[in-house]
Amino acid sequence: MKTARERVAFWSVFSLPFAWTVLFLIVPYATMAAISFWTRRFPTFVPDFQFGNYIQLFTDPQYTTVLLRTLKIAGLTSLTSVLVAYPLAYFIVFTVRSAAWRSFLYLAVIVPLWVSYLLRAYTWKIILGTDGALNSLLLSTGIIDHPLDIFLYNQTAMIVTLTYIFIPFMVMPLYTALERIPKNLIEASGDLGVGPFLTFVRVILPLSTSGIIAGATLTFCLSFGDFVAPVLVGGPDGTMIATVLQSQFGAALNWPLGSALAVLILTLVIVVLTVSRRFDTARVDLV
Amino acid sequence: MAAEPIVVLEGATKSYGDFVALGGIDLSIAAGEFVTLLGPSGCGKTTTLRLIGGFETPDSGRVRIGGEDVTALPPYRRAVNTVFQDYALFPHMSVAQNVAYGLSVKANRVPRADRERRVQEALAMVGLSDKRDRRPGELSGGQRQRVAMARALVRKPKVLLLDEPLSALDVKLREAMQIELKHLHQQLGITFLMVTHDQAEALVLSDRVAVMKAGRIAQIGAPQELYDRPASPYVADFIGAANLIDGTLEGFDGEMAWVRFGDGSRLAGRAVRSGLVAGSRVTAGVRPERLKVGTGDEGLSATVVGQLFHGGVLRLETKSAASPRPIFVEVQRASAATSDALPPAGATIRLVPATPDDLLVYPEEAAP
Repeated sequence: MKTARERVAFWSVFSLPFAWTVLFLIVPYATMAAISFWTRRFPTFVPDFQFGNYIQLFTDPQYTTVLLRTLKIAGLTSLTSVLVAYPLAYFIVFTVRSAAWRSFLYLAVIVPLWVSYLLRAYTWKIILGTDGALNSLLLSTGIIDHPLDIFLYNQTAMIVTLTYIFIPFMVMPLYTALERIPKNLIEASGDLGVGPFLTFVRVILPLSTSGIIAGATLTFCLSFGDFVAPVLVGGPDGTMIATVLQSQFGAALNWPLGSALAVLILTLVIVVLTVSRRFDTARVDLV
Repeated sequence: MAAEPIVVLEGATKSYGDFVALGGIDLSIAAGEFVTLLGPSGCGKTTTLRLIGGFETPDSGRVRIGGEDVTALPPYRRAVNTVFQDYALFPHMSVAQNVAYGLSVKANRVPRADRERRVQEALAMVGLSDKRDRRPGELSGGQRQRVAMARALVRKPKVLLLDEPLSALDVKLREAMQIELKHLHQQLGITFLMVTHDQAEALVLSDRVAVMKAGRIAQIGAPQELYDRPASPYVADFIGAANLIDGTLEGFDGEMAWVRFGDGSRLAGRAVRSGLVAGSRVTAGVRPERLKVGTGDEGLSATVVGQLFHGGVLRLETKSAASPRPIFVEVQRASAATSDALPPAGATIRLVPATPDDLLVYPEEAAP
């Protein structure tokens, strides 16, 4: 057993982080979970224990549609991020010879993170809008003769915007994963008679899966919970789960349903993280 | 008529910015030979190997392998394989998958059954049949080294390139692997080209050693030739130990060159290069084990500083007015009493070469 002295030492170090965790993580989550079982009695809600809120989430097509759409948009955002970020990270790591240029390009990728998130999302409203940069370009080159309003306020605009906003979170782990691959493995592959394409498929790609998984997880979770892009560029069919969640606590004034939704989102994110962790432990440590 | 050499380098040069890595290398390696490139770091030995492997392209000059000009060919089109310095094993593959890796590509596709047999043979050859399903991360350094050997040899290359293959191993293991390497070379009859900075390793393993200096080959020859007849003080110093003592050439007496040293003494030696003229500055080189303590008043006068115990041999450290550096004399320890028979520290002695042939006389080299 621990002596009194050890106990004092233990709590003097850990009491603050412990209190923090309880007060700001466990208590709020528990409160949220508890409220998700309450009943709504307009204009307020009363403590209860019933599953009506969850049943509503899974049966009311209004919510299932939004949930599926959010999953789709987050998934497509992850996918486009990989497709854009992988060649970029590959280029920076393997093609750029000078170390100074490499760090410059890497910095150029992550420097937008210092710009206000709202501003970055708003940029795409300016680019894609009816009077936006894209329309001006197409008009001036004569490809179209009057501005189009098809670019903004749809799901594509959201995927473009979300990809743009979150792509640094894909490039960073990919860059790290690719840079960790010893160059002599690539030389060894060539030495053993394997050309550049198969070297990529059989050596570089398998050794960078940890980066792909980490990046895909980050971009998926971030875009899954995003509520700014839907408002700015999403339009009527672009409502995402976080927007709905927000309105439950605001205009709709239905905290129990909002809490149930929050618990659902939290569960989904935990599932995604667990699955990605499972995949990630399958990777090998570089010798 | 001699057979066509398997590897030929013709006037190969390579620079990185201002740094000249190779200043024109000519090298010709016969099939089945074990050749070692030896030199300090930065001498261009690894660059030479990488030119042959195809990882670097020469700025000028040609590379030929098996009579074919491969200068512009990428590594995957060359009939050579490399054992990399840190082995470069694929960490995400098992030992067997690593070895089979080079047999699976279309250009050199081997039938599946045949492939499996060759992988087994290669693993048996390096004694790792029981480790075939392990990952490289689970193996010891020596085992990884063997996997790297098996992976390269399974492709039956014309030439095996070895880049400091044993440098990552500890001394005992390194010596054991040296013997294995030599046996493998004898068994397989494949040409081996090795890079090392370890002169002892080079001497033990090679048919010929090329000593490199600042991007050029200083001397190439059989180990014994390099040891007994180094072409320059640099080679004498790099291979084995050498006492290098500056002096002035007094003149010739038949085959003998007479050199006067800074302490006033005079010794006869053998001029390594013709064209030395009397009165010029020279450097005399003599191996510690070819020096002995003289009985007369001939020879370099020196003061004993102390004895260095090396186990089988003893080294006498001496100081002489002839040389700013200590002069070493090596004595076989025939019995435990040997050290007592040697002059004690502080004694003034005379040092003479065992025979005049052991004192090699070179023109003085410009200070590096």
